[in-house]
Amino acid sequence: MTAIPLRPPRRLVDLTLDGEPVRAPEDSTLLDACRAAGKDVPTLCQGDTLTPKNACRVCVVEVEGARTLAPACSRRVEQGMEVRTDTERARHSRKVVLELLASSTDLSTTPRAADWIEEYGAEPDRFGADAARVDEEPKVDNDLYVRDYDKCILCYKCVDACGDQWQNTFAIAVAGRGFDARISTEHDAPLTDSACVYCGNCIEVCPTGALSFKTEFDMRAAGAWDESAQTETTTVCAYCGVGCNLTLHVQDNEIVKVTSPHDNPVTHGNLCIKGRFGYQHVQNHAQNRD
Amino acid sequence: MDLRFGAGKPTDEERAAVDALLGPPESAWEGADDRNDTDLRWARGGREARERRELLLPGLHALNDRVGWISEGGLDYLCRRLTVPPAEGYGVATFYAMFAVKPRPATVVHVCTDLACAARGSARVCAELERDLGPAGSAGSGAVWQPSPCLGLCERAPAALAIRAGETPQAAVVAPATAEAVADAASAPHDAPAEPPAAAAVPQTGATVPQGGATVPQTGADGPCPPPATRAGTDDAVVPAPGPDAGQRPENPAQREPRADPCAPPESSARRDTSVPPAGGNLVLLRRVGVVDPGSLDDYRTHGGYAALRRAFALGPAGVIREVTEAGLVGRGGAAFPTGRKWSATAQQPDHPHYLVCNADESEPGTFKDRVLMEGDPYALIEAMTIAGYATGAHRGYLYLRGEYPRALRRLRTAIDRARARGFLGEDVMGQGFAFDIEIRRGAGAYICGEETAIFNSIEGRRGEPRSKPPFPVEKGLFGKPTAVNNVETLVNVLPILIEGAQAYARTGTGTSTGTKLFCVSGTVARPGVYELPFGATLGELLELAGPPETLRAVLLGGAAGGFVRPDELDVPLTFEGTRAAGTTLGSGVVLVLDDSVDLPRILLRIAEFFRDESCGQCVPCRVGTVRQEEALHRIKDLTGAAAAGDIALLREVGQAMRDASICGLGQTAWNAVESAIDRLGAFK
Ligand code: SF4
Ligand code: SF4
Ligand code: SF4
Ligand code: FES
Repeated sequence: MTAIPLRPPRRLVDLTLDGEPVRAPEDSTLLDACRAAGKDVPTLCQGDTLTPKNACRVCVVEVEGARTLAPACSRRVEQGMEVRTDTERARHSRKVVLELLASSTDLSTTPRAADWIEEYGAEPDRFGADAARVDEEPKVDNDLYVRDYDKCILCYKCVDACGDQWQNTFAIAVAGRGFDARISTEHDAPLTDSACVYCGNCIEVCPTGALSFKTEFDMRAAGAWDESAQTETTTVCAYCGVGCNLTLHVQDNEIVKVTSPHDNPVTHGNLCIKGRFGYQHVQNHAQNRD
Repeated sequence: MDLRFGAGKPTDEERAAVDALLGPPESAWEGADDRNDTDLRWARGGREARERRELLLPGLHALNDRVGWISEGGLDYLCRRLTVPPAEGYGVATFYAMFAVKPRPATVVHVCTDLACAARGSARVCAELERDLGPAGSAGSGAVWQPSPCLGLCERAPAALAIRAGETPQAAVVAPATAEAVADAASAPHDAPAEPPAAAAVPQTGATVPQGGATVPQTGADGPCPPPATRAGTDDAVVPAPGPDAGQRPENPAQREPRADPCAPPESSARRDTSVPPAGGNLVLLRRVGVVDPGSLDDYRTHGGYAALRRAFALGPAGVIREVTEAGLVGRGGAAFPTGRKWSATAQQPDHPHYLVCNADESEPGTFKDRVLMEGDPYALIEAMTIAGYATGAHRGYLYLRGEYPRALRRLRTAIDRARARGFLGEDVMGQGFAFDIEIRRGAGAYICGEETAIFNSIEGRRGEPRSKPPFPVEKGLFGKPTAVNNVETLVNVLPILIEGAQAYARTGTGTSTGTKLFCVSGTVARPGVYELPFGATLGELLELAGPPETLRAVLLGGAAGGFVRPDELDVPLTFEGTRAAGTTLGSGVVLVLDDSVDLPRILLRIAEFFRDESCGQCVPCRVGTVRQEEALHRIKDLTGAAAAGDIALLREVGQAMRDASICGLGQTAWNAVESAIDRLGAFK
């Protein structure tokens, strides 16, 4: 059972979504209202545990009377708002944004990207073979996780998770500007020389697989990664008394990565280095020893 | 916070530069070399230091001014002093174009390749520099040169700016630029010829405008400003006080150019005969430029200075807001929002403190009016900011000045110091019990920092990325507090409003565009410069004053984010409503004139390149869209008709998404000029 923390009662505001009247708590976002009404609005930079940066712009909707489209993930509902989620204009922007992303980065490990590209009729190839790409080599500088910024859509989630929203380690930030902007440690140093404490909370929130466990990265390279063959078991971390929940992803009787449930009211998906990466002892069976 | 710093140590110079700004560190906790006894007992720095994060940008300037670039050790030391995570410090340092995080020579020359300069031969200057100093970005003979976006010197295009780091940093403006003059300035910035006075950029003063460097002797020379020595230790990029020959005409380098040079810019077809008759009593905002000594507070007062502030105190804050509202003043920065409404919304916020921010980051290519105002009449801006602070209940004003304006910086700094010394700023302004002070913040080369919310981030020591709105600045602005942001020209308008009264002010102009407007005319005209006209004059009338080319091809109105106007549309009235009805915009008042020798596709490419360079990179439509836009324009630069049609359709689709879905005005307007060139000028037809 998930605990539901008590909150002071919230006022409800009236608005219309695609012509249908709906009511939503006053501090909720248009995305909350859309989801409550069963509408599927695509999102990439929005995350359930973080304040969205509204940088990707795939969730844009049309608000009556506004000059530009509004990001559903962060625009708050207002009394009397008339919102259209599926207009020609909104669909056009989503399509182009998907094209821009897919033509510049590798979305092959981004869940749902392929579906949305199909749904919106996006054609990333039409910018031509010479279209500039992010073009980054994977950064493999430690044994725990890999940063493959060729897949990075610059959603800022990892920065927020490492920074003041969760971890307070501030090992990474956005450096550079414009198309050259990248997630980076100070002076672009290897992770091992940075402030990183390997909590892996950035991996937990990354929506594209740009950050991944070294195990997953290696298995993908070897063609051995098979999500359909994996089981997920949520258990309690054995290291200390806090009692964080771990979800063990197991393939062929080996733990291949560890995530943590976001709806856990204590940890919200965050772990420390031991819970996230210290699972080797669990599978230290005789056949694994040399 | 769990900060980890690298092993890098600052050099003595770097340490001195940072300590000059922040004072010496008190303990090892905040960067002192050795531990003292108390360090072993308790930690210091912490929250107190973190609250000084807003000093990160001045700190980066201090390092860059001293050594010319920002090293790992220097950055680490600065971050330690302010308890800023080094990764964030690095992210901020790499955001600004004027900073480098790799070693480079102490002297950096920025050569403007933007619209007005491109139209006047910057390509040739670059080619010659490449021949003499090596390719852009390569460090030859103690100096490195690099192409730069607009330097705000468009009336003297092509322009260059040489900056030399050192204990007393120096900056020399070279405009109009030749490779020779640029090389001279780079090797000896302190010996560079003095700039012409600010009034030389205002043809309506009756002065002959330099068409390639000739200057007009004016009052307001640099004499009264203190010599550089007294400013050591500040973060000023200092331009030396001129020698006794300050009033002399610098030689006109452009006239040395052989006209037959095949690489020379197309000879302008502009008629260059007569000078503009003096505007007499018609100048309002510019009336003191060239008349008053910009260094002298007394001279400013002799010419009517501080009468408006006195009237403001008599009216009270609400009375000031009422006058400004009734005068119909709207913002001159481009958005044309009613100033009175902004002020009253800020004044009414229960949250405190309130802040005032003066946006003096004019970086729109082709804009230089704020520079001329600040250089020619700096006290006017200070008085106007004081009035705005009084009206909105702010006791602190930040003047965010673009980093490429050394002379404006020097004059404003002098003016603020003198105003403070005489009780026109400080705890008790004019003995009226109102406390107000102004701090100058230097930008570091980022067009986006002119966006009102990006300014906040920049001042706060963060990357200059715009915030999404709502919440609006009047509610949550600088440091999360209610903030009024106004452009320089907007603020200076408040002076005539208070002196003449709202009714008299509103009699000038049209019903919805009241008062006068400054226009920055550049490109192929006989007399480029800043012009002041009552709202309602037509574009044709303005061009007549400036001396239009005989064969006009187009006028870019409103700058890179604006739109093109055809030669048969010169009767468009220069008002907010008139330009809107004509499908274009006044923007910040850019009037870039192009004659028929211009290579339009190349201009469009430059506009696209500009936006690609200046996008902050935060949102996808702009970060990637500006790249795709530039690529498409490259593909079709020599194509027309059906051959270009596919890419034009692509441009339209991407442009629409950028306009609809970008976070801020940069991405939303990046496609405007190109679209108007295609639709109204038939580019690529
Ligand atoms: S693993 Fe943890 S500390 Fe390291 S970068 Fe990611 S969030 Fe920051
Ligand atoms: S690495 Fe992942 S989480 Fe970080 S910005 Fe890129 S896509 Fe977002
Ligand atoms: S529109 Fe461009 S400049 Fe503005 S926030 Fe987005 S990326 Fe940054
Ligand atoms: S200084 Fe070059 S375009 Fe303005």
